[in-house]
Amino acid sequence: MTQTLTPTQSSSAGAEPQKTPWWEFFTFSVDHKVIGIQYLVTSFMFYLIGGALASAVRVELATPDSDLVDPAFYNSLFTMHGTVMIFLWIVPAVTGGFGNYLVPLMIGARDMAFPKLNAIAFWLTIPAGLLLMGSFFVGPASTGWTAYPPLSILTDEHVGQAIWILSILLVGTSSILAAVNFIVTIWSMRMKGMDLFSMPLFCWAMMATSVLALLATPVLAGAMVLLGFDLLIGTNFFNPTGGGDPVVYQHLFWFYSHPAVYVMILPVFGIISEVIPPHSRKPIFGYKAIAYSSMMICALGLFVWAHHMFTSGTPDWLRVFFMVATLLVAVPTGIKVFSWVATLWGGKLRLDSPLLFAMGFISTFLIGGLSGVMLGSAPVDIHVHDTYFVVAHFHYVLFGGSVFGIYAGLYHWFPKMTGRMLNEFWGKIHFVLTFIGMHLTFGPMHILGLQGMPRRVAQYDPQFAPINVICTVGALILAFSTVPFVINAVYSWFKGEQAPDNPWNALTLEWTTSSPPIPHNWVGDPVLATGPYDYGEEYKEDRQEAIA
Amino acid sequence: MKVNNKLISIVVIIGLIIAASIWYGRNNGLLPVAAGDEATLYDGLFNTILAIAAGFFLIVEGVLLYSIIKFRKRKGDEADGPAIHENLTLEIAWTAIPTVIVMWVAIYSFDVYTAMQGTQDLSGMAHGGMHNAVAHVDHAAHHESGGMHSNPMTSKATLASSNNNGVMMAGVIPSEDSDVVAINVSAMQFAWVFNYTDEIATAELHVPVGKKIRLNMNAVDVLHAFWVPQLRIKQDVIPGRETYLEFTPRVVGEYPVVCAELCGSYHGGMRTTMVIDTPEDYAKWLKEQQEIASNDPEAIVASRPPSQMSEQEYLAGKVAQMGMTSKK
Repeated sequence: MTQTLTPTQSSSAGAEPQKTPWWEFFTFSVDHKVIGIQYLVTSFMFYLIGGALASAVRVELATPDSDLVDPAFYNSLFTMHGTVMIFLWIVPAVTGGFGNYLVPLMIGARDMAFPKLNAIAFWLTIPAGLLLMGSFFVGPASTGWTAYPPLSILTDEHVGQAIWILSILLVGTSSILAAVNFIVTIWSMRMKGMDLFSMPLFCWAMMATSVLALLATPVLAGAMVLLGFDLLIGTNFFNPTGGGDPVVYQHLFWFYSHPAVYVMILPVFGIISEVIPPHSRKPIFGYKAIAYSSMMICALGLFVWAHHMFTSGTPDWLRVFFMVATLLVAVPTGIKVFSWVATLWGGKLRLDSPLLFAMGFISTFLIGGLSGVMLGSAPVDIHVHDTYFVVAHFHYVLFGGSVFGIYAGLYHWFPKMTGRMLNEFWGKIHFVLTFIGMHLTFGPMHILGLQGMPRRVAQYDPQFAPINVICTVGALILAFSTVPFVINAVYSWFKGEQAPDNPWNALTLEWTTSSPPIPHNWVGDPVLATGPYDYGEEYKEDRQEAIA
Repeated sequence: MKVNNKLISIVVIIGLIIAASIWYGRNNGLLPVAAGDEATLYDGLFNTILAIAAGFFLIVEGVLLYSIIKFRKRKGDEADGPAIHENLTLEIAWTAIPTVIVMWVAIYSFDVYTAMQGTQDLSGMAHGGMHNAVAHVDHAAHHESGGMHSNPMTSKATLASSNNNGVMMAGVIPSEDSDVVAINVSAMQFAWVFNYTDEIATAELHVPVGKKIRLNMNAVDVLHAFWVPQLRIKQDVIPGRETYLEFTPRVVGEYPVVCAELCGSYHGGMRTTMVIDTPEDYAKWLKEQQEIASNDPEAIVASRPPSQMSEQEYLAGKVAQMGMTSKK
């Protein structure tokens, strides 16, 4: 007979939970937990907006002709959809939201290293989002989230494009501030007794993410400033009619924007590494390998950007270098996937919503990863570049990956953040609808791309109509799937079952304080009683005794 | 005995996964017809990588499904699982095996890539770094071209090809080769214009089967990308510099030419047709075009500066010309 470990004790166990008054979420609060929730709620609002834009795009694509909106507005719809989802949903949610809420709690710190900087970083995203949404009244940007010149310089929507650039500059600044804050916090504010290899893997992921964001984001900012000059004051950095080079913009843009994919997915890898062990009651398999693989993805991630430009007229030797670097990213990513699967193997899987979403993440992210390897191969990429195959690939990575991971994290940490449990039944309904909707929407897009349908088109060859109808039906299911979650989250926040301090019997430090945590997180000093993933240690001792 | 049974099961399952993956790689039916030599090379690579991906997919998804059924928590069981933290042998294996596989994929891809695109001498930066020469000649042409094969600097056989007989590499632009049909392509919002000679400009691309075709591409306004899905080739067309694309059509028929780079409002409508003709039909068509051009030089839409036209005028002009130059 074996027993589960008792929850880690700390001096603040049993302390009165923090009751944050509602208006504090609308203030310039410097509490990392308030800022984390501000990020999560705000970004989720943008997720709903981005989702509405995506639904409009899919309904337009239900027929081969552009009969719902005119082609110019259609271009604005997918441009704003991409921009909102990347810059105002996934990046703020995973780094700003989960990162801010969890990192100090996980390393036993009272707050982030620079609390005011933290608040500034959050409050920069609000004007960025409002500006971007406001641009719908003056004609929003319509040149894709990549905004390639010369189209973005010659666009009819000058004002919208300028607003778009300003908005990206604001979120980029926010991202840089947040990255500095995370690096300093993780490096210098770990509690006594916690070395780098005994901190939770989410912190490793946040470290890698922050390094990447810090190195890459300024390059994007540079590209945006130069693009702004070309657009507004007629310089010719990227404008070929004045001797500029549009391909240089692509290099600058992708130097940030490919690492941005890892900024969006690395924290989610961290979330998955935190969710799987407590819900399968096993230690994470290969802690060090997972930690190192995050850093390896960070390093390799800086040298793969030109795989977005295999058809852009880059020299052949460059294509070969970037092809090899891109394919190599599959190795550390594979290490993570195998480690998660090995963690599940032989566990006692509690198939509740957090683990369902985590397993859904692995199974769908796998598809995105494998199609990523296909795209890494230059010849394969050249055929499917800028087609629906690519759209399918990055939605499998960013929806099947990031969004599933975010949901896994929300179901896992909701009790800690709000002091209430989410309803499990509606969580499962939410999972099933999301899973079906996702595969129905994005799975068939692989076929569309391979068969010859380019992306970013309002009108397409009628031969692709039947598959597009399937995708549109899937997208509507996906849109509907958010309803049970939103209702569940709002209802449970106010009326849900009271959550204990440690409902999952987990071992990381955030579960040693009250739910929600008190100001400054612990009454006395937090105590490190076990490693973050020492599940089953008593079982191990029993087994060793039995062998002896 | 029990161990043997387990081992046999694992071997059988892995064998089945490999067999299923190979079968899927060969029978996926995901790609449209391969209408050119490059497409045949491409399909071999694509199907191989797809088979490898299918193998990994089946293994990981299989383990996940098995775990859900086998390892789900039973009612009343509140115990933890075993405290297994790592297994170095296993971890080395699952790092080393994918590393070897992706490196092999990289080498194979590079091989196919060079066969499809042609190698570029590093000094090729002088060509704007965009020289995509394909010198994929069949045996007959290969013997005709003589010296090219014997020159180690400009030729290389490929391992990758499913028809690796006579796949040749050229490190320099073979523009002097009389066997190459050179066509100038002009891309503009939202039309393609193909210039065969100074006189002939058409909105529909005609190429003779079996000849190497070389497209010299220019963009008038913004970025475009020339793509024929049945040829598996794509190249951005960039204002301010010339880009190239070479291919050898093999299957007579009509195929779509698609713009793959977002180029403005009517980007989705920037489509035309590529007709792969028999040599006789091609000669006949060229003659017809010459007659049309000599009778009515104003018919060439491209003769008017695009900056002076509205989008509607472009599209109207294209539609009119499509009707005029079409074979149908």
